[in-house]
Amino acid sequence: MGEISNIKQNINISEALMARINELISHYPEDKRKSALLPVLHEVQDAHDNWLSIELQDKVAEILHIKPVEVYEVVSFYTMFNRRPIGKYMFEFCQTSCCVTRGVENLMDYACEKLGVGIGETTADGMFEIRGVECLGACGYAPMLQLGDFYHENLSKEKFDQLVEDCKAGKITLHDK
Amino acid sequence: MGRKILLDKINIPGIKTYEVYRQNGGYASVEKALKQMTPDEVTEEVKTSGIRGRGGAGFPVGMKWSFIDKKSGNPRHLVCNADESEPGTFKDRYLMEYIPHLLIEGMITSSYALGANLSYIYIRGEYMWVYKILERAIAEAKAAGWLGKNILGSGYDLDLYVQVGGGAYICGEETALIESLEGKRGNPRIKPPFPAVKGLWQNPTVVNNVESISAVPWIVMNTGAEYAKIGIERSTGTKLISASGHIKNPGVYEIELGVSVEEFINSDEYCGGMIDDRPLKALVPGGSSVPILPAHLIYKTAAGTDRLMTYESLSDGGFATGSMLGSGGFIVYNDTTCIVRNTWNFSRFYHHESCGQCTPCREGTGWLEKILWRIENGQGREEDIELLWSIQSKIEGNTICPLGDAASWPVAAAIRHFKEEFEYHIRFPEKIKNRDHFVAEPFDKVRHLVAKQTV
Repeated sequence: MGEISNIKQNINISEALMARINELISHYPEDKRKSALLPVLHEVQDAHDNWLSIELQDKVAEILHIKPVEVYEVVSFYTMFNRRPIGKYMFEFCQTSCCVTRGVENLMDYACEKLGVGIGETTADGMFEIRGVECLGACGYAPMLQLGDFYHENLSKEKFDQLVEDCKAGKITLHDK
Repeated sequence: MGRKILLDKINIPGIKTYEVYRQNGGYASVEKALKQMTPDEVTEEVKTSGIRGRGGAGFPVGMKWSFIDKKSGNPRHLVCNADESEPGTFKDRYLMEYIPHLLIEGMITSSYALGANLSYIYIRGEYMWVYKILERAIAEAKAAGWLGKNILGSGYDLDLYVQVGGGAYICGEETALIESLEGKRGNPRIKPPFPAVKGLWQNPTVVNNVESISAVPWIVMNTGAEYAKIGIERSTGTKLISASGHIKNPGVYEIELGVSVEEFINSDEYCGGMIDDRPLKALVPGGSSVPILPAHLIYKTAAGTDRLMTYESLSDGGFATGSMLGSGGFIVYNDTTCIVRNTWNFSRFYHHESCGQCTPCREGTGWLEKILWRIENGQGREEDIELLWSIQSKIEGNTICPLGDAASWPVAAAIRHFKEEFEYHIRFPEKIKNRDHFVAEPFDKVRHLVAKQTV
């Protein structure tokens, strides 16, 4: 998603991360390491501030014994891989039809105004980002947003305010590890 | 109360865990299949059940299984399609989140029937926490001896893993899903060859929806004939319906196929009627791809018979006056809804999700989105309606995969049934400046303006 960034990223494939990557690779026949690409990209991205620089993508190619372009073409195809730094807490509002029937458009306006950003923008302190995304499969619990690995559903302005406070207070876990 | 096959145990406290699931009869179908039945006998039961693919296409599951190539001797795979992304659809997630072992049990029994020794569940990336639930449940099942080598001493081996996607609707199309599972972009393949012959890593592969596979344990335990007794005609069994929109009780419901649409929308057992008791305006019965129905064609077909929740009744009248059961993504709209805006919303979705391989879809979905946007924003031209019709007709049928059709049908149906609303937008741009234009003044109150203009 988004443009490519030239910002330098500190790459650190920790032992724990490498162990998880090896476990993922073991899910496929030995000559099919490439199949692990999507799950490996998620793990690597989660461990690197939720984005994938070209250098980091090259590193993934090296680990999976594939060409860098095989990683680039995948990262650029799927919306969940970020090719530029993003806000620490990225609110991804579902903006497809069912959520619209339950008022997501007004809620997104409210969120943008509250945080002082437009859709697709990051706050100056790098804390928050707002995006509009397509159907997240939570149509019956609309309006809703995704934050990290989790959904926040049946939202209202008050619940969104609380979520922002919880983020500021460091109470929100982004990834389920 | 309708019969529950998939959700009958979902409210048992702790059913998410292996212990409780097992104490409540879980994994019995694996025991029965592996100890008492041959793989072909399991397939026969599924064929007899008449169950049709629950992902949307409605192709008979047993028949799909019987196409798998067993002659080549190549390894076979079962892949579960858990890429649930069709707007309006959130049923598979409900099963996987709250009773994950049901799907795992179904995967083992079904893999045995197909002779698959390495199977995968491909889940959409956004369901990341559900992916983790499944990973943990698979580890529990493995520790209890239901996966791995020589399961129950039967000589049958199975490894099962979950694979997570990266956010792409197109990966719900089975060949795109396979490409993605191979670590590639989700570009659908040209068929034939079908996955049953050349699928994952060019091996024979069956791809089935979560709900289809989750019904297999019941079918194996109770026989296909018993399953076929539920429902009407060729719509056998139960179906999960995920209901959303302007209804009092949105959520996931298991219905016996054959319940009437009127009962489903208004009964307290299901949707509970319209929110704020406002009038029903339109219905998308089976996920965003299927044709939208106007109020007068929802409870009754054009022939005047009751509209039922079955494959046949929902498609009664063809695209002229009917729709489809599809995935069971049931979206209800009241009179505050703007059909133009809603159609634009769907077109934006398909434009965003087009993989870009086929020109008619890649370009056409973009044109649909842009033209609908200009109509919705008061810049529409009289000829735009014709133009939309022309574009959608040139996408449909001219693409490798059904995404092109899925993008065309909602536009065609909206124009077919709600043409006056498009004309209103084009002729009275000052009346639609606010995006909530039909909230204060529903279209029925201003419809006469369009009529006058055309006289």
